[in-house]
Amino acid sequence: MRIPALAAATALAAAAAHAEGALNIYNWGNYTNPELIKKFEQTYDVKVTITEYDSNTTALTKVEAGGHGFDIVVPSHSFVPIFIEKGLLLETRPDQMENFKNVDPVWVDVPWDPGRRYTVPWQWGSTGMAVNVDAYDGDINTSAIFLDPPPELAGKINVVPEMQDVINLALYYVGGEACTEDKAKLKAARDALVAAKPKWLSMDYGTTDKLASGEWVASVNWNGSTFRARLANPKVRYGYPREGYPLWMDSVAVLADAKNVENAKLFQNFIMDPENAALISAFARYSNGIKGSDAFMPPEMKDAPEINPPAELAAAGRFGPSCPKEIQAIYTAIWTELQK
Amino acid sequence: MTAEERRRARQGWLLSAPALALLLAGASGPLLIVVVYAFLEPGEYSGVEWKFSLEAWFRVLFERDIFDGTVRLADAHLSIFWRSVKLSLLTTLLTFVFGLPTAWFIATRPARTRMLWLFLITVPFWTNLLIRTFAIMEVLRNEGILNGALMRLGLISSPIQILYTDVAVLIGMTYVYLPLMALPLYAAIERFDMRMAEAAYDLYASRWQVLRKVVLPIVRPGVVAGSILVFVPSLGAYVTPRVLGGGKNMMIGNFIELQFGAGRNWPLGAALSLILLAMVACALTIYVRAAARAGADG
Repeated sequence: MRIPALAAATALAAAAAHAEGALNIYNWGNYTNPELIKKFEQTYDVKVTITEYDSNTTALTKVEAGGHGFDIVVPSHSFVPIFIEKGLLLETRPDQMENFKNVDPVWVDVPWDPGRRYTVPWQWGSTGMAVNVDAYDGDINTSAIFLDPPPELAGKINVVPEMQDVINLALYYVGGEACTEDKAKLKAARDALVAAKPKWLSMDYGTTDKLASGEWVASVNWNGSTFRARLANPKVRYGYPREGYPLWMDSVAVLADAKNVENAKLFQNFIMDPENAALISAFARYSNGIKGSDAFMPPEMKDAPEINPPAELAAAGRFGPSCPKEIQAIYTAIWTELQK
Repeated sequence: MTAEERRRARQGWLLSAPALALLLAGASGPLLIVVVYAFLEPGEYSGVEWKFSLEAWFRVLFERDIFDGTVRLADAHLSIFWRSVKLSLLTTLLTFVFGLPTAWFIATRPARTRMLWLFLITVPFWTNLLIRTFAIMEVLRNEGILNGALMRLGLISSPIQILYTDVAVLIGMTYVYLPLMALPLYAAIERFDMRMAEAAYDLYASRWQVLRKVVLPIVRPGVVAGSILVFVPSLGAYVTPRVLGGGKNMMIGNFIELQFGAGRNWPLGAALSLILLAMVACALTIYVRAAARAGADG
């Protein structure tokens, strides 16, 4: 019964109501549009359950332990190869699915899943600088905002405690690469961070609310979060550091031990539909990687500077890999030094 | 031992068997895993590799300089440990300073109303710790209640930065752990015979002398119990330093979390957890000794 159900569903995507049952999605917190889920449930008569996690390592550890009951996970680009290498993902061949034609070619031959044999784009974004123009109206397209702050911002900067992103920003700032083995660059990055820390106010999450309320006037932050803050407070701006800034993409994958494989595949195909992809973005305010979804996006998203980087700064965005163990130990040592 | 006594002893063991089994499985099992993990190598992305290694223990106290390879004392680790111990001791001291008058007040109320006051002390426990910590954040933040009130009163012209400092962590921890100090103090003071204080006054003791020479020695077991109850959880505090401290400076709890999370070094996290456990065990030993001495004096 499974195969005919899938065939029917892929043929008549909207009309097919044969795949009754359940789908258990394991995704990042506050990241999944309830409207999208409702639409999927109604289209396919599937009961969807969402469980949330807060970091890639949490997700990996729980999935690896087994017995989780999840069908779908949404790891970041740097963790997709780890999931694949450990045999945790099912090769569902999204590249052969009906809606695959909608995937922007830029996101097809990605290093973490060449040709998209396992994963489907969910959302992608960047880590940059959020600044309130009332506090500082100079150049914000630079990591100097937090690594060598202008006097107006000294003592007022928040830095999200996201080890990988923050150290990568510092490495780019001193001319290095993510996970570099170049000790001189690592040292320079550490020194830059340690020297800048006295000028920081805090290292905390919850950036959207505090930027919106004006309590924080500058922060290392994600583009979508900054976008949401700007919708509440027009003084908030997003800067793309020209020295280099981390990009990330979260992708939807089916777990190797999924119980509801067909429903999970339906979901992968479902979110490659531009109208559905637009729902994903309308909620969390990140770009989705599906061509034609712009047409279905809320008007304020179409030319939002937070999700459409200026051409001259787009190239500075880089996808950092997951570092090897030895380099990760150095990252942790730098981070410990920073927070001791 | 008579047959009857043996029967009773057996019955006692049987009755406590479920609780003992639960304790054994629930406490010793996980602890054993922690001990084993502390002697393994970290896995590539998380977890452990089943190879014996003492690296984690070495790394607790020493570090190889990441840039020139020389081995030296891990001063970053030591300063994180020191911050935890320092803040925990200060929290203990502050809860004592605030807890003693509170306990004294309650213990000297008429017996009828005492229960009401004690009940009020337990009220904070009705709400989750995280929510209370966020509530304190609301009080301390720059546009918060405290700064707002001070500014309206004209006492300050611009907000004082309290949130995201060690002072905020200390305020939060003192608030959270105050009942754990006040309750044992109350239990000790309640038993205190007020006529002893009267007798001391009659013999021309000053108030300070009464407090130091009569009251404190008698309530000492309560002080020791309260100090332990406050010091031990303070040492492992995680939520309060993270939320109120602004996450800029780690305490042991946060440092352990880093190893299991982004740091991907479970053996080091396990070794650090065991060090924390040893510190708690030391504190408890001191407590048992002090309590025994107090018992002997009394």
